[in-house]
Amino acid sequence: MIIDYPTLKVIWWLLVGVLLVGFAIMDGHDMGVGSLLPFVGHNDVERRVIINTVGPHWDGNQVWFITGGGAIFAAWPLVYATAFSGFYWAMLAVLWALFFRPVGFDYRSKIHHPAWRSTWDWGLFVGGAVPPLIFGVAFGNLLQGVPFHFDNTLASYYTGSFWGLLNPFALLCGVVSTAMITFHGAIYLMHRTEGDIYQRSRTAVLLFGGLLLVGFSLAGVWLQWIPGYAITSVIDPAALPDPLAKEVVRAAGAWMHNYQSHPATIAVPALAYLGIIAALLLAAKGRTLAAFVASSIGTAGVIGTAGVSMFPFILPSSTTPNASLTVWDSVSSHLTLTIMFFATLIFMPIIVAYTSWAYKVMSGKVTAAYVRENSHSAY
Amino acid sequence: MISEQLVDLSRLQFAATAMYHFLFVPLTIGMTWILVIMESVYVMTGLPIYKDMTRFWGKLFGINFALGVTTGITLEFQFGTNWAYYSHYVGDIFGAPLAIEGLMAFFLESTFIGLFFFGWDRLSRKQHLLVTLMMAIGTNLSALWILIANSWMQNPVGAEFSATTMRMEMVDFWAVVFNPDAQAKFVHTVSAGYVTGAMFVLSISAWYLLRGRDVAFAKRSFRIAAAFGLASALSVVVLGDESGYTVGEAQQTKLAAMEAMWETEPAPAGLKLIAGINEAEMKNDWEIEIPWVLGLIGTRSTDTVLPGLKEILVQNRARIVYGIDAVKALEAVRRNPDDSAARTRLHAHQADLGFGLLLKKYVTDMDQVTPELIDRAAADTIPRVTPLFWTFRLMVALGFALIALFGLATWYAVKGNFAEQRWLLRWALWFLPMPWIACEMGWFVAEYGRQPWTIYGVLPTHLSVSTLSVESLYGSLAGFVGFYTVLLIVEMYLMVKFARQGPGSLGTGRYLNETASA
Repeated sequence: MIIDYPTLKVIWWLLVGVLLVGFAIMDGHDMGVGSLLPFVGHNDVERRVIINTVGPHWDGNQVWFITGGGAIFAAWPLVYATAFSGFYWAMLAVLWALFFRPVGFDYRSKIHHPAWRSTWDWGLFVGGAVPPLIFGVAFGNLLQGVPFHFDNTLASYYTGSFWGLLNPFALLCGVVSTAMITFHGAIYLMHRTEGDIYQRSRTAVLLFGGLLLVGFSLAGVWLQWIPGYAITSVIDPAALPDPLAKEVVRAAGAWMHNYQSHPATIAVPALAYLGIIAALLLAAKGRTLAAFVASSIGTAGVIGTAGVSMFPFILPSSTTPNASLTVWDSVSSHLTLTIMFFATLIFMPIIVAYTSWAYKVMSGKVTAAYVRENSHSAY
Repeated sequence: MISEQLVDLSRLQFAATAMYHFLFVPLTIGMTWILVIMESVYVMTGLPIYKDMTRFWGKLFGINFALGVTTGITLEFQFGTNWAYYSHYVGDIFGAPLAIEGLMAFFLESTFIGLFFFGWDRLSRKQHLLVTLMMAIGTNLSALWILIANSWMQNPVGAEFSATTMRMEMVDFWAVVFNPDAQAKFVHTVSAGYVTGAMFVLSISAWYLLRGRDVAFAKRSFRIAAAFGLASALSVVVLGDESGYTVGEAQQTKLAAMEAMWETEPAPAGLKLIAGINEAEMKNDWEIEIPWVLGLIGTRSTDTVLPGLKEILVQNRARIVYGIDAVKALEAVRRNPDDSAARTRLHAHQADLGFGLLLKKYVTDMDQVTPELIDRAAADTIPRVTPLFWTFRLMVALGFALIALFGLATWYAVKGNFAEQRWLLRWALWFLPMPWIACEMGWFVAEYGRQPWTIYGVLPTHLSVSTLSVESLYGSLAGFVGFYTVLLIVEMYLMVKFARQGPGSLGTGRYLNETASA
């Protein structure tokens, strides 16, 4: 095959990262808008303005999430199986929160009743705020290790509980993730609105940007003390994936190894800080498009930091560290990774092209006048 | 061992959520092309009424689409949450078409649907038509990749088992893509969707005509729906036949079960119209049969013999016996990867590994297997005949009734006096639910008929589930029932409200009920 197996395994780690970052930037900004909706919009027209900034795009953006899930299924089937079944109630909470989005967007303005509209507004809030919160909590648990093991046939057994996921460090990660998404959404909302909504969004940008900086720094410091994981046996990156064939230890500070052995990787958390700070400054000055680009970079930096800290681990096991899932031993076959790589290579640029075109067509400020004139067709 | 209750609840949850999702999918698939047709006429003629038609039917399409999106994510999640061992065991093959569906199709559909609704004033007529077309292509490609994945469950080609990774692995991607089962299933399923879309427009237009309101609008909609529906309904039946053919090759068990064919009959086998099925004694107490027909559609020949269930049972029992050796050899290899004798034995019986795994429902240790257990496992390989036999017949009967309806609707549409045929309009109105019933029946036959396997001949259903507690399943099932009931009520309420309001809901000032706003 054209690309050797070890290289492809690393490429797929990067590609899953790209898809997660794409999800956080694209679906993230309209989730952020959903979270802000009941607070930034003070009356029905304002809320319709807010909803219509993402109205034409939320559906396409949500596919980043769906494709991300599909890609993890195809590239890391064992991760998909273990994480989704282990985090059963957390995943269902994400799913049920997401239920509110398609119906919330499409059905809200189809009936005039204030109680109807307010119900869907809060539904959109739940659909925007709950998924990033849970994903943050999930990442917080990945960084600490998750209680699971395999039997000899590679059936996975999760031995923790839902409430066990809600530990202090994981909750901090949940705050970081929610702040990041809301910050990003608030910048987008500034870019697409004017007047009161613009001003309130600006306040939200400063608030959540500050929270993000503090939370991210706190989590970084905390991470020094959290036991990380390290592989102690020799790994053959070209071997057929078998997650039971290695030895792993838990050790405090292990999540710092990559930064020590490859100092260049410090660029990733640095990018997170640079992106967030630049986004804050640019947004404060009213340069909203540049701020959006900067917060996208910051988002990539935050997610990348979690990834680089853990590499090559994806899903460490706290109860049976040797069974931890890594980039080397939880992947699909060489053929499947190759096919999926080329499929992504071909379609990703096409997706980016038509998504950009869609944003270009719908560009400009959404105003109260627009909503009134298009009362029958707008959301 | 995995509790049977857990397996049953997991199956119930998947079946319920999949069939619920499939209430919305066929209409989406069909409506996209009807919108393309209506808008094409608008672009060619410039008559605003065709734009209004595209927008009004598009509005109803949107109400339906929202629930299609909502309920579709559930299915993707559930492979991981509830079918973890399945996801691990076949994710190498099954995951790829799902991911490609996202990349190639769902992005396209979902991005352009936004422009379809909001781009009217910002795009030229031709650009907007292109947007609608892209949405339709995306929707149909989406169905293609999902059905490629589904067909691999029915007819698992292009893959091999690996003892080292303890899973199935892809060896031939193009065999998976060009799975003959997928080709037939795709055309059959999207055609059924087109019929559903056509029925939806035909019924509601008929209702306007019966009430004598928005007549010009309804007449034009009726004509398009009648012609499109007739072509689609014919395609469903002709290509349903094609589905039967591939079922015959890959899954003779399903074919024999849905035909209640207990004995192997001399070729070409007959097709039973109805029968009195006696599952306990594995026979039909009585039956009405058309000679030859099943053999012809099942094998496309007059001399290929189709095996009956009793013969299949005997064959499967033999495969289970070989399968025991395969499972034992696999377990030896898993204990000691260097055991080359065990690898050789595994290789010799690998084709029957899945059949050996059927026994895992009853024992963990293969040395404990008794002839009685082998009999039970063999009996498990025959799905229950009665539900398959009757649901299949209901689906086919509805298919022919729909051809008749669309045929007459087209006939009178060509003659031009369809609006005066009140019996036809009433028939069209009351037949509204029928395509949905037929679609659900078809889905049931395909999936229930695959039991006891998730992957036919490869992975038994009872091994595929996640190791969850039964309480978790009760909880999640209750949650789904609650959410889905509320969502269905809301959706139906809006659908009826806007269908009643009619094109007046667009607020163009050209139709009835213009005072009502939305």
